[in-house]
Amino acid sequence: MLAKRIIPCLDIKDGRTVKGVNFVNLRDAGDPVELGAKYSLAGADELVFLDITATHERRDTLADLARDIARHLNIPFTIGGGVKALADVDVLLNAGADKVAVNSAAVRRPGLIDELAYAFGNQFVVAAVDAKFTDGEWVVYLAGGRIATERRLFEYVKEAQERGAGEILFTSMDHDGTKAGFANEALAKMSDLLSIPIIASGGAGNKEHFKEVFTKGKADAGLAASIFHFGEVGIGELKSYLAGEGVPVRLV
Amino acid sequence: MVAVINYNAGNIRSVLYALERIGVEHVLTDDHDVIRKADKVIFPGVGAAASTMKHLNETGLTELIRSLKQPVFGICVGMQLLCSHSEEGDVDCIGVFPEKVKRFRPENGDKVPHMGWNTVRLNERNDWVSPEIDGEYCYYVHSYYVEAGSDTVATTEYCGKEYASMMRRGNFYAAQFHPEKSAGVGERILRDFLGV
Repeated sequence: MLAKRIIPCLDIKDGRTVKGVNFVNLRDAGDPVELGAKYSLAGADELVFLDITATHERRDTLADLARDIARHLNIPFTIGGGVKALADVDVLLNAGADKVAVNSAAVRRPGLIDELAYAFGNQFVVAAVDAKFTDGEWVVYLAGGRIATERRLFEYVKEAQERGAGEILFTSMDHDGTKAGFANEALAKMSDLLSIPIIASGGAGNKEHFKEVFTKGKADAGLAASIFHFGEVGIGELKSYLAGEGVPVRLV
Repeated sequence: MVAVINYNAGNIRSVLYALERIGVEHVLTDDHDVIRKADKVIFPGVGAAASTMKHLNETGLTELIRSLKQPVFGICVGMQLLCSHSEEGDVDCIGVFPEKVKRFRPENGDKVPHMGWNTVRLNERNDWVSPEIDGEYCYYVHSYYVEAGSDTVATTEYCGKEYASMMRRGNFYAAQFHPEKSAGVGERILRDFLGV
């Protein structure tokens, strides 16, 4: 049976993880490669690395990071941040990234999804989208949630799927950072609407929230950052709990 | 020496990194002589069947792969290309395995691509991977599958089907999942193939 995936997300700035990290016995807590390996051993199913400072000029440093991660990691990983063109993706994939997350650039120019899917295959393309519930509608935001757009979430993700995205990574800005649970209602609606997997992001605060996102929210994967980084919830204990609750997970 | 076949498929790099981690000598090559003389051959890849077959036919790799006598391991699209025909682009493939490749038809909300970790069920024909692999999770990314047949040594369930996730015929071995991305279980399977 296909397992529900647990995905820690690491925010990278200048090649270092930026959120505080609280792993015991970890000499260099800020090293994304070492942290990734630690999560992999703990049973993470995948990793997402978001370069929050990514620019075209930094493309090569990001590629070096992708290469370093790919060398040491035996689980799949996604790299995102600042991907604007085919050439950005090309260097990341050649370096060993399994998937690339595109966000603002694809919202601004959805044809980018077609180009990436055609060149590298649907499975490489994760369409990441940030949205906020505004005046009774889910509105898509750009640039890490700073700029509102005219796009509505559900029609955008449908379009992303039709253009060739292999997965959707949906972050609810209303839930992100609240630790009060995921946007399960919107996620369930999205899951019914789409035929590609959905990664839920934003709002994880405890183990129960993950159970809810997989049952009520019908998500295929749950992504979180701080609760894992600060050791509030261990990946092993989270997975044991989910297995006990009847959610299919890969136990290590 | 292990030869990893270089052709127009994606994500070959991760197989090289896995071999590096295991510590076996390997080379990424499309040189027919180097491939023919290698102790073992890995045929990896992610890509579309029609365009990759066109490339393999034009470069003579189709004939070469078919004629190899040493152990050959096809991974993901590599496994599908070793079959007789693929529905993806309606193309004839290398034909080492008589099985056919078909597209998943989603049932009851199943998502396609089949993406993520799923269990591998070994059958009585398995004679190459450790028995403890039975029931373990491996990592999959694919929209097409191979029907279970006489070469199937392990199956996986998805979209209401028990399809072939590992195959073997003589010196040809294959896996639909990515052993190089399947944590310790995948590494065990690679080691079992490599004999290290």
